[in-house]
Amino acid sequence: MAVTSDPNATTNGTTGDGAPITPDLSAFDGIDFADAEMHDVVIIGTGPAGWTAAIYAARADLEPLVYMGPQPGGQLTTTTDVENYPGFPDGILGPEMMERFQEQAERFGTDARYGTVTHVDFSERPFRLLVDEETPVYAQTVIISTGASARYLGLENEQRLIGKGVTACATCDGSFFRGETVAVVGGGDSAMEESTFLTKFAEKVYVLHRRDELRASKIMQERAFENEKIEFVWNTEVVDVLGENQVEGIEVINNETGETRVMDEVTGLFLAIGHTPNTDPFTGWLDTDDNGYIITRPDSTYTNVPGVFASGDAQDHEYRQAVTAAGTGCMAAIDAERWLAENGRVEPESARTASQPATAKP
Amino acid sequence: MADNPNVVTLTDDNFEDEVLNADQPVLVDFWATWCGPCRQIAPIIEDLADDFEGRAKVGKLDVDNNPKIAQEYGVRSIPTLLFFKNGEVEEQLVGAMGKSALAKKLEALSGQPA
Repeated sequence: MAVTSDPNATTNGTTGDGAPITPDLSAFDGIDFADAEMHDVVIIGTGPAGWTAAIYAARADLEPLVYMGPQPGGQLTTTTDVENYPGFPDGILGPEMMERFQEQAERFGTDARYGTVTHVDFSERPFRLLVDEETPVYAQTVIISTGASARYLGLENEQRLIGKGVTACATCDGSFFRGETVAVVGGGDSAMEESTFLTKFAEKVYVLHRRDELRASKIMQERAFENEKIEFVWNTEVVDVLGENQVEGIEVINNETGETRVMDEVTGLFLAIGHTPNTDPFTGWLDTDDNGYIITRPDSTYTNVPGVFASGDAQDHEYRQAVTAAGTGCMAAIDAERWLAENGRVEPESARTASQPATAKP
Repeated sequence: MADNPNVVTLTDDNFEDEVLNADQPVLVDFWATWCGPCRQIAPIIEDLADDFEGRAKVGKLDVDNNPKIAQEYGVRSIPTLLFFKNGEVEEQLVGAMGKSALAKKLEALSGQPA
């Protein structure tokens, strides 16, 4: 991966095959940056990575600005008990944990705002950001901690019925399925957690897995196997979701025999088939792998754009834990602080401000 | 909970009066106390209620205490946001959403810019 020696020069990002993509700057047309706020560190995203970066950057007196994104608190807000975060021997609820992270970040002077960074211009410093497609912000450094979102199967009828029986959040939506039969798709820890959780409400929980063995951890598997309401359906994939306004069944295929059948007792379909990184706004700027995960320089959070750092699940498809995300968030804040100390701050080039005549700024 | 006086607490009992018979567009936030994403967007909902005071109504309906209305509108995910105008559902959004996107929809329904 190319990291140029000139701290203010950038190169276009590449995806897994190494082909550069030209970034799309059209969203910036007509946006006037003349009065845009300037910040030393802008942190995008508010999972454990973003808030930890904020805690460290705030304590370094960088007064970080945090945009909380479309799902403030991130994936942990859709979980129940977090039992593996050190320091909480009795476990802690995911949403509560994220509220505590935020409190700690704000205590040291983090400026946390609602809003989603929808577009970026990393062509030169200071970087230009657009919040909710309209509000311009300048950043000397950027820490990306946008995380990942639940993946869907991509079936047309599945998309149509999201919120009407199709969901990727058992903890949010499980109680709507009291006494009903639901299906969970997936074979990892989250599939086990969700199916076990759903037995509190549902009469019956099918776990559909495309293979004949699980990749979930032993302890999570055992909990699910011991649960009488859970039935595993192996080598099986969903091919269609049935129903007009509500889910009224699913069509599945056994990928060994090729046999399809309709499970018409299923009124809820819960997806737990992994995640996709939320890195679309950075396409063309940052190097990513085939799946869109941002590539960072080994043993650091440096991206291919100097001054832009990436942390958490947006750059980690391997570990994806709250504690590892917090760890890389901390690294990103330290990397940003040191990089800024070495490379200094840059004034905006006023001639670049939107399409209007340039006015000199003091 | 809705401490903000501009956020109407909706129930199975007052839904018809407050939402269906309202003379303004109404944004209804279906939520529950145990729903993490719902808690996180609560401040956005309160902000919108303040910003649109007099032009649109913003209400919250706790799905645990008011299962009838939630069921009637087929709500099976929360947060779900329903936009009503003249007693009809104009739009349904599922999951957390940015404030500006919600504001734009309310603006369109209330027929005048903020």
